[in-house]
Amino acid sequence: MVNSRVWSPGMLFGSMIAFFLTSPVIAFATELGATGGPDKPWWFWPIILFIFCFILGILAVMAGVGGGVLYVPLVSGFFPFHIDFVRGVGLMVALAGALAAGPGLLRRNLASLRLSLPVALIASTFSIFGAMLGLYLSSLNPDIIQTCLGATIIAITMLLLFSKNTEKPVVTNQDAIGMAFGLRGTYWDDGAGESVKWKTHRTLAGMFMFVIIGIVAGMFGLGAGWANVPVLNLLMGAPLKVSVATSKFLLSITDTSAAWIYMNRGCVIPLIAIPSIVGLMLGSLVGVRILAVAKPKMIRYMVIGVLFFAGLKALDKGLGLGLLG
Amino acid sequence: MTTKDEQATKPSQNQIVYANMLVVGVWVSIFIMMVTYFIYLANILPAHADISIITQNWDKGVNEFLHATNSPHGWGWVGLLAKGDFLNYIGFAFLALMTIICYIVLLKGFISQKDWTYAVIAFLEIAVLSVAASGLLGSGGH
Repeated sequence: MVNSRVWSPGMLFGSMIAFFLTSPVIAFATELGATGGPDKPWWFWPIILFIFCFILGILAVMAGVGGGVLYVPLVSGFFPFHIDFVRGVGLMVALAGALAAGPGLLRRNLASLRLSLPVALIASTFSIFGAMLGLYLSSLNPDIIQTCLGATIIAITMLLLFSKNTEKPVVTNQDAIGMAFGLRGTYWDDGAGESVKWKTHRTLAGMFMFVIIGIVAGMFGLGAGWANVPVLNLLMGAPLKVSVATSKFLLSITDTSAAWIYMNRGCVIPLIAIPSIVGLMLGSLVGVRILAVAKPKMIRYMVIGVLFFAGLKALDKGLGLGLLG
Repeated sequence: MTTKDEQATKPSQNQIVYANMLVVGVWVSIFIMMVTYFIYLANILPAHADISIITQNWDKGVNEFLHATNSPHGWGWVGLLAKGDFLNYIGFAFLALMTIICYIVLLKGFISQKDWTYAVIAFLEIAVLSVAASGLLGSGGH
């Protein structure tokens, strides 16, 4: 008799990731990526990129990470595109995902407009500087960006692994800045069956962190949900649900300014961008459906493992070590 | 849930307006992208840069790529909308303009509510995004 646990959604998707990582798509992309694959017909890359991004979209939702943070290191590691185009398209991918998720989060009052607007202004302003700095460094030597990207990705995996978010942080006294901006709200918690009131503290420190988040997001085209959530939740004291939703909405603003810089510079090639955006969005839609029945914890750890490997590969590529092929 | 709770958990009118505009904007831009991509790949409109030149140069830096494909930067794509490849930029631009459009509506809402702090924040955000979109920054030539 077949053990039903063998076919649980978690196991199924664990196997899917293992298949994904060892699959002909990745192997083919890696092999041809090294040579640029000149012998392949033009339609080969858009199709392989669409399939790759579709799977990436499913995994991103299940692992609770943004599409951009997976897209940039993986595509720059395994596909033949220059890092300039990967970052430009990565931002468009993150932007499309954030814009698509925004309406639902705003309507349920999980994403707070009042919390988003002040920090978005800071992050989007500095993401312009990040984008310009990234493009400048890349024009000097793309290996600088590859190396910094690798180090950043490895740091992100540590953050994803060890950061212990708090469901409902206790904020006893709201600081003056938070009070002046009216950074408070109430949302309905379906799980607990109660309305939850929240307010922020340490607002100035939180706002300063968004300077750094903006620069990193613009420089590497990563999106920045991985950084937004800990800052909103652990530092500023917003509940986890509000932090996650507000972070997703925030990305739609932060990434817009950086995306324009990359687009105006010519870093968005339609042949690469559209299969990536559409593939990731369709994958995310499928991922949301699977998420309802799957236990994603194992998937999350596997995706963090993949991300760590992608970070090592970017470091290896940037430093010219050639240890990972 | 009490009536008071129900009121408190409701999103503001500004949030609802923003959400409604966003949902339409995103799916319209995705639809535009799919249609223009089909036009491009089906060669219904001739491309400015041959696909083989693109695939031979996408492993090079952006400046070298723009030179090899003789492509413009900034808003130069508007002058090439009759070309299949640059037609795709309509979808990208629409997607990236959505936030600015939504902020303009937000600004109007904040002004009518006399919420001056947030009206100033919204105004500054529109200014920042408009400068980014204008191509004045970081669209250095090739």
